[in-house]
Amino acid sequence: MYQYNDDDQTLIEQRVAQFRRQTESFLKGQISDDQFRALRLMNGLYIQTHAPMLRIAGPYGLLNSKQIRMLAHIARTYDKNYCHFTTRQNIQFNWPQLEKVPDILEELATVQMHAIQTSGNCLRNTSSDHLAGVCIDEIEDPRPYCEIIRQWTTLHPEFAYLPRKFKIAVSGSTHDRAATQLHDIGLHLVKNDSGEIGFRVLVGGGLGRTPIIGQVIKPYLDKKHLLSYLEAILRIYNLFGRRDNKYKARIKILVKESGMEKFAELVEQEWLQIRDDLEVSAERIESVKAQFAPPAYDADAAKNSDFAQYQLENQAFATWVKYNTADHKVPGYRAVFLSLKAPNSPPGDITDTQLDAVADLADRYSFSEIRSTHRQNLILADVKQADLFELWQQLEVLKLATPNNGTATDMICCPGLDFCSLANAGTIGVAKEINEALDNLDYLHDIGDVKINMSGCMNGCAHQSVGHIGILGVDKKGVEWYQLTLGGSSENEAAIGERLGPAIAKDQVTKAITTILDIYIKQRHDDEPFLDMVKRVGVNPFKEQVYANN
Amino acid sequence: MQIIKDKQIIDDSWNYVADDAELVEGNICVSLARWKKDKQQLLKSNSKIGVRITSSDSVEAIADDLKDIQLIELDFPAFTDGRIFSHAWLLRGRYNYQGEIRATGHFMPDQVFYLSRVGVNAFNLEKTEDLPVALSNLNDFSVNYQKSIR
Repeated sequence: MYQYNDDDQTLIEQRVAQFRRQTESFLKGQISDDQFRALRLMNGLYIQTHAPMLRIAGPYGLLNSKQIRMLAHIARTYDKNYCHFTTRQNIQFNWPQLEKVPDILEELATVQMHAIQTSGNCLRNTSSDHLAGVCIDEIEDPRPYCEIIRQWTTLHPEFAYLPRKFKIAVSGSTHDRAATQLHDIGLHLVKNDSGEIGFRVLVGGGLGRTPIIGQVIKPYLDKKHLLSYLEAILRIYNLFGRRDNKYKARIKILVKESGMEKFAELVEQEWLQIRDDLEVSAERIESVKAQFAPPAYDADAAKNSDFAQYQLENQAFATWVKYNTADHKVPGYRAVFLSLKAPNSPPGDITDTQLDAVADLADRYSFSEIRSTHRQNLILADVKQADLFELWQQLEVLKLATPNNGTATDMICCPGLDFCSLANAGTIGVAKEINEALDNLDYLHDIGDVKINMSGCMNGCAHQSVGHIGILGVDKKGVEWYQLTLGGSSENEAAIGERLGPAIAKDQVTKAITTILDIYIKQRHDDEPFLDMVKRVGVNPFKEQVYANN
Repeated sequence: MQIIKDKQIIDDSWNYVADDAELVEGNICVSLARWKKDKQQLLKSNSKIGVRITSSDSVEAIADDLKDIQLIELDFPAFTDGRIFSHAWLLRGRYNYQGEIRATGHFMPDQVFYLSRVGVNAFNLEKTEDLPVALSNLNDFSVNYQKSIR
């Protein structure tokens, strides 16, 4: 993974010093609430229901064991012994004290971590495929480009006060695991007719109040033009994006109101004037690529036969392998998902002791690297099959081996009303209830690939509108209600879910979910996945049953 | 009144003349609308000319006049209005403007570093007591990932 040079290190240290001064000025009353709000958000600091929330960047989801140990240390020293992984591969602390945040950032900087642009109306952390570099369907590893974009976006002087937040995601494989169609800019590495690899550029996707699927603005962009094209889009957005209404300020609204053709024309005109001055040289790309060179894989890894034997002998292990590991491009290796969706644990949360243990496991089994995923789990990406049984046993003890990856209890869930000042409704309690109702693993596995996403308000941090089943918490006269949607997806066939009907009461949500899943089991054709069935039959059969019971 | 120019605190030598006020002697700065309206009259005077542009103006509207203008004031209606940053970049990067670009209006001392990197070289702060901190903020970072405009 990318290692900081002296300049990278100097930059994040100077950012800590800057933020320390800003915090001190605020505490002395020298800058206003409004001003400090903008400054702290640009450094990932929210003021929440109970305490500030600090969001730390996980650059395209890639972390090393040292960094994971630092997160454990921060959780122990400054928080309540846990942290939370987000859908954009970042890490959140829910209980830091405002005065201590500069100290936390100073500690993070010692392991090349920071909170730069993890919030605010600026260029956010770039996210990517959690299986980048190891998956079997990759055109090219997206991580070097993510790093080039990370550097370009970091402290970009022109685009720090955009109309609204701006998120970029990059995918290098045929299967989109990075929800690129739902980002302000989505980049896909693709091959053109001459076999060269470049980018297909999408723009104007986004979730929140007005979910919109991104559209292609440039079917093929040469790699050397990556940054100039991004800059052209950003300049047009910065100049012409709406600033009169924050709910209409995302680039998706500008694209929609101008029309794609006109927007693309503006970008093209801008781009033609800057592209020659902002080329990414082939040497630069090669030098960044070198930082993502494959680790020293064991050429004999596939020769091990214990792995097959253990699966035959131990059903629980075989089940875990089936659900929580993924194929790897190197024979004899697999990528291992660590489920942060154990029953009784809020989705995406992990404790300090678990973090320390994960760091040790990464050192022992996976070249000291850990990844965070869009669905709020962790990955050890390079585990030899010979080590899988041993690793599984240890993950079992740590409660990180729930074999529910990609199933209905692998829910994406925001912190909800319990923590977030924006939320209208609770989420963690509802997630727990659903988890308990689906505790029968055979049933869960029979249902298969069902993605449930639940947000506590229409800002949609948990991407409910693209969940196969979406749950949106709303407030009706001080009471928590929940709006269900069906048929959403953030993958290749991206789609916004369709509303099932009127919102339902909190104590009816779990029943509604189990009703929906029962209908699926009864009416599916053979191996038809949930999403396919919803597409085939529409929402009505589900609607009738869910509301018949009420 | 004092401002920061080229990393120094200096006395301001410019007068902003409101649209409905009489023109005065000395260096005068007017709105874009007044510049468009009274351009010939202004050019005939012995004054150095400045034009104040706000975030909703288009820099392109003044591109052909830049040779006659010694100061461009970029006026922040609110510190969150980031269009000013692109205006500055365009003036320097696209139209090669060499005169003074001055930030004015509602911006924060914490924004001067980014502003300087897109080509703003003078700062008229809302509160004069912020001049020293703004001056020191110009040195917040010694390293950058992007090219500065100048």
